[in-house]
Amino acid sequence: MKILTGNDLKTGAVIWWDGANWSIHVDCAADVGDQGEEIMAREEALRRVNVPYIVEATVSEKGIRPAHIKDRIRALGPTVRPDLTLKPQSPEAIDWVI
Amino acid sequence: MEPDWGTSPDAVQFRFRDDEMVDHGTVTVDACCDQTNATAVRIEPGDDARHLLPYLDRLSLIEVNFPAFTDGRGYSSARILREAGYLGELRAVGDIGVDQLSHMRRCGFDAFAPDKPLDEQDARRAFATWDNVYQHGVDTIGKRRSTISEKRHEV
Amino acid sequence: MYVYDNYDQAMVDARVEEFRDQARRRLEGKLSEDQFKPLRLMNGLYLQLHAYMLRVAIPYGTLNSRQMSALGDIADRYDRGYGHFTTRQNIQYNWIKLEDAADILADLSKVEMHAIQTSGNCIRNISSDHFAGAAHDELVDPRPYAELMRQWSSFHPEFTYLPRKFKICVIASEKDRAAMRLHDIGIQIVRSGEGELGARFFVGGGMGRTPMIAPMIRDFVPLDQLITYAEACLRVYNRHGRRDNKYKARIKILVHELGKEEYTRQVEAEFVHLLEQGIEPPREELARIARYFAPPTFEDGPKQIDRSDPDFALWVDRNTHRHRHDSYVSAVISLKPVGGIPGDATGDQMRQMARLAKQYSFDELRIMHTQNVVLPHVRIADLHALWTELEAAGLGAPNLDTIEDIIACPGLDYCSLANARSIPLAQRLAERFAANGKTGKLGELKLKISGCINACGHHHAGHIGILGVDKKGVENYQLSLGGSEAEDVSLAKITGPGFDEDGVIEAVDTVTDLYLAQRKEGERFVDTYRRIGMEPFKEALYGA
Repeated sequence: MKILTGNDLKTGAVIWWDGANWSIHVDCAADVGDQGEEIMAREEALRRVNVPYIVEATVSEKGIRPAHIKDRIRALGPTVRPDLTLKPQSPEAIDWVI
Repeated sequence: MEPDWGTSPDAVQFRFRDDEMVDHGTVTVDACCDQTNATAVRIEPGDDARHLLPYLDRLSLIEVNFPAFTDGRGYSSARILREAGYLGELRAVGDIGVDQLSHMRRCGFDAFAPDKPLDEQDARRAFATWDNVYQHGVDTIGKRRSTISEKRHEV
Repeated sequence: MYVYDNYDQAMVDARVEEFRDQARRRLEGKLSEDQFKPLRLMNGLYLQLHAYMLRVAIPYGTLNSRQMSALGDIADRYDRGYGHFTTRQNIQYNWIKLEDAADILADLSKVEMHAIQTSGNCIRNISSDHFAGAAHDELVDPRPYAELMRQWSSFHPEFTYLPRKFKICVIASEKDRAAMRLHDIGIQIVRSGEGELGARFFVGGGMGRTPMIAPMIRDFVPLDQLITYAEACLRVYNRHGRRDNKYKARIKILVHELGKEEYTRQVEAEFVHLLEQGIEPPREELARIARYFAPPTFEDGPKQIDRSDPDFALWVDRNTHRHRHDSYVSAVISLKPVGGIPGDATGDQMRQMARLAKQYSFDELRIMHTQNVVLPHVRIADLHALWTELEAAGLGAPNLDTIEDIIACPGLDYCSLANARSIPLAQRLAERFAANGKTGKLGELKLKISGCINACGHHHAGHIGILGVDKKGVENYQLSLGGSEAEDVSLAKITGPGFDEDGVIEAVDTVTDLYLAQRKEGERFVDTYRRIGMEPFKEALYGA
């Protein structure tokens, strides 16, 4: 699937397009099909996202997993500081990234 | 290049001169060296401004093009021309934003023709950015302005 | 150290307000990201993997306790309780919000700090010897010249849109403790035969994709022409540096493509012209600045160190450096605890280091380009007490310049440019060697890891260098050997095919074992490599 990601303009937080809004949780990401460019342009002009781009991802019962390790790190947080990630209590989260 | 190529006076949004604007065509640096009657020239980023040194007396307008504001070669071109004694209009044209104005001014530009007109208030603030300056520029030539280190040691 | 006068303070304050206005215009949509990006970069604000990242300048790596405390407070107040000290003597915060950035800059300005020109295609932080003003072997303190150049290069109207970033280093000793030859401009202060001080200019060094050692351009520039000569070097670069290809835009490419002789010829011609323009600061200015760097009043005291505690003795052997005054040493605070993140310090640790500096080191600290912290002037009489406190604070690792003192860029855990993670590798390597007891046997071994070809970890200058690459979407690591950033400067060579993370750790074990087996008396790893060459290492790694 194709999902959209970027950073929040004000806070810099990593965000994912959920179909209507931008969420910090990659599992909320919506499949944008071939609408990606259009959505990106509109949302960036509205300043609801900064420097958006399209990401390949797979979906399973475990959730949505970006294809590239860089975007998985963006989704979770630094692998060397689990306490600063979105899932500090979850040791499998680092495995999910790698 | 066509003789009537160049920026129209209408495009000049800011000017720090009292004399009349040149309103006829500019030529390229190459053409300037051939044409003995050219009085207005446009410098592109890749041109060597020093090629114009023999003709400075008869030039009343030199445009320096900034196709992209990130290409800073025009700042050196401007300073070189002023250091050589050029007193005519030195006009920055092209991709110019508010945030480039003060540096351009310090490098000797006295006219500005941005592709997209700038907010007047923002521009006025921008031109007044430097109460004091650390290093020399065109504005310190002939002691018209002192640098900070000169002020620190003024007798 | 240098103290701002009204002019300096006004400059920094004005810049804060200017940035506040620029950030406001961005948030309101009056500036697009393309327009805002070069502006925020000139105030050190990156958009990174997790958030905005702010790189704060620590001019030539020098700061006092008030400033170090403030850095700790900023970490706690605006970030997530820590900061990262970099290979250019700066500090980075990783979790910054754009809406806070101007306030952070305002807080910094109150302690005479800023983030000016720590990014962007302009002249960056000027680096220097972390033992400046303390080292027994320096000719003079290089930092007044660095400060003179800092002011000259700040908001320079002609050099704000260079083809690419520009890094300058100033040292004043034969020993190169600042990787001077690997800078765009490296300056060594030297003394002429007639006893006059001058600047030796090396231009066109750098790491990144195409590492190069800077050739000497001018043997001796009189100090009262230092700025003029630097300006000539920059102007030639601004006019003729490549702008067609971001990866060929550094001055090292220009010097390489023109050739040293032609580049020098152009600089000398511009220099003659600029001398006529009279752009050098008045001589009195250098004297004024130099007064701030007058050495503190050292007191005579004990000159012998009590080595009866073996742990203390080990720390002294590894982490202290000879001082110009024989009752003092310079002490290195390691930010490389085994298993820790190289170069990171918490807000609490920063405040602790500040307190220790105030108490033990005339209120002064230095950041090393190897991501550790120096207390430059510590009385031998106080050394044991200092060490005890460092131990208690987790800052006492006795591993300077050993294989455990790894230089690592933030890598893919933090950096959007990275291809691979560097920190986990550094952690595992340090843990491995701490556990297998080889650290001490290996002696001086500078291991450097970069997470991508931009080489912020300086892997080209590692005795052992590791480069993280992306191999079909999977992290992979290239091993290189034989680099050095010191006065015996050399660029490391790749051993051969890359390895995965487990593989490169084995590989480091393999090459260090080979060194231990082959070394002659007094040889460091890099010396043995230089003597026996790459072949034996290749064989050991990949088979015959």
